Order: sequence, then structure tokens, then C-alpha cells
Amino acid sequence: MSTFYFIAFLSIFFSILVITAKNPVHSILYLILTFATFTIHYILMNAQFVAIVNFIVYMGAILVLFLYTLMLINLNKESEPQKSSFIKIIGFIAGACFLVAVVAALKAFKTSQLVVLQDPNLGLVKNLGKILFNEYLLPFEVSSILLLSAMVGAVLLATKDPKTT
Amino acid sequence: METLNHNIQAIPLNHYILLCSIIFSIGVIGVLIRRNAIVIFMSVELMLNSVNLLLTAFSVYHGDATGQVFVFFIMALAAAEVAVGLAIIVMIYRNTNSIDINVLNRLKW
Repeated sequence: MSTFYFIAFLSIFFSILVITAKNPVHSILYLILTFATFTIHYILMNAQFVAIVNFIVYMGAILVLFLYTLMLINLNKESEPQKSSFIKIIGFIAGACFLVAVVAALKAFKTSQLVVLQDPNLGLVKNLGKILFNEYLLPFEVSSILLLSAMVGAVLLATKDPKTT
Repeated sequence: METLNHNIQAIPLNHYILLCSIIFSIGVIGVLIRRNAIVIFMSVELMLNSVNLLLTAFSVYHGDATGQVFVFFIMALAAAEVAVGLAIIVMIYRNTNSIDINVLNRLKW
């Protein structure tokens, strides 16, 4: 039980560091740590497939893409833009108001049952694969088309236009 | 695995909802207060991940595996979104030599 609260504290701590770190590279490294704590959350819930996919896709693919783009862009620290403190305070107040609204709605419901894992092989690859390829076969194929179109779009956007240069 | 199953049984559902809404709000604040376009993208990733965690928690709570299938679809969507978004950022940097979003106000009339 205390494992969950420790990991939850770590994920909140690292996600605050993500948005407050001055250097964007540090912020990406803190984001990797945040995703690592999320993977531990998934393992604690015995959702093994989601944990592995989160580990490979987010910590492996997406954050390497972020780091690669950041190194390609080569920001120097002097050009790092900062918003004025007035805008920062207003943004913080807006986010805090959103959080207060959600927590107040949560208090109003007063539902606090325990999360109990009824079926121990709920999140295993075998069970999820059966559901994915029986009921959700069409969305699975559509998502492959989505990934193909995203790849074509990214290559098209990132290549230089020969007419303008 | 038995100890893991024993671990989870003591946690109320409200604490999962509280954790995920806190991280979602941190993502919202990050979008509002930063000007670096890549950091804004990372805050959007934080929001997507908090929703993923909440979907998995509800899926375990109800004993229904559909929520975890939806997490899989959200991850595919996030990968596509990041690829296109970072390509757009690289193109913008090539044209304007900056990824400050306050420079990118040309879409305003």
C-alpha cells in the first residue's frame, strides 16, 4: 500500500520538475523518469501488456524522438524564452482552478471503493490479444492506416522544399 | 505476483483519480506557462499519460479489459501525433530560426 503512495509522490514530483526546469534537455530527462514511475504504476495494477508497451513506446520511441529533435534544433540557453511573471501566475491560477473543480466533484460523489483485481490475468497479453483481435479488429486496422499517414506526413513536412531553396 | 495483488487491494479508487487529476493539471499549467514549443508538447504528453493511467485503473476496478485496449489505441495516436508535431516544429524552426510560440502569431489576422 505504501508503495503506491511513494510512487505517486515521485510521479507528481518529477512532473512538476518537467514544467519548471529551465533547460529543455533536463525537462525531457525528467519526463523519462515520470514515465518510468507510470510503468511502475501499471505493474502494480498487474496490467503487464500496458506496462511493457508504455516502456517501449513512450520511454523508448517517443522520448528519443523528442531528444533527437531538441539536439537537431540546438537551442542555446540565452535564447530560451520566458513568459512574463503575470502570465505565469494567471496560468498557475487557471490550472489550480481546474484541479479544485475536479477534486470538488470527486468529493461530491463520496465513492471510495477499493480497487480490487478480480481476475488476475486481466491485463496479460493473451487476454488482451483475444479482445483486440475479436471485438476491436477494425479499429486496430484503422490505427495502422493512421500510423502510415502520420509517417508519410512527417517525412513530407520535414523534407526541404526544393523550389524555395 | 501474489504480493503485487495484495498491494493493490488497499488503495481506494479516489486516490487514483486524485493522482491522475493532479498530473493532468500539471500538464495544463505547463501548456499555459511555457513558451518553448517542445516543452508544450511534453506537457501534452503528460496529460495523455495521466488519462492512460486513469483508464487502466478503471479497467482494473471494473474487471473489464476494454479500457486497456483503449490505452493501446491512445498510445498509437500519441506516437502519430508526436511524429507529425515534431516535424512541424522542425519546419517552423527552419523557417523562423525560433521555436518560441510568441513568434508564431502570424496566424492571427
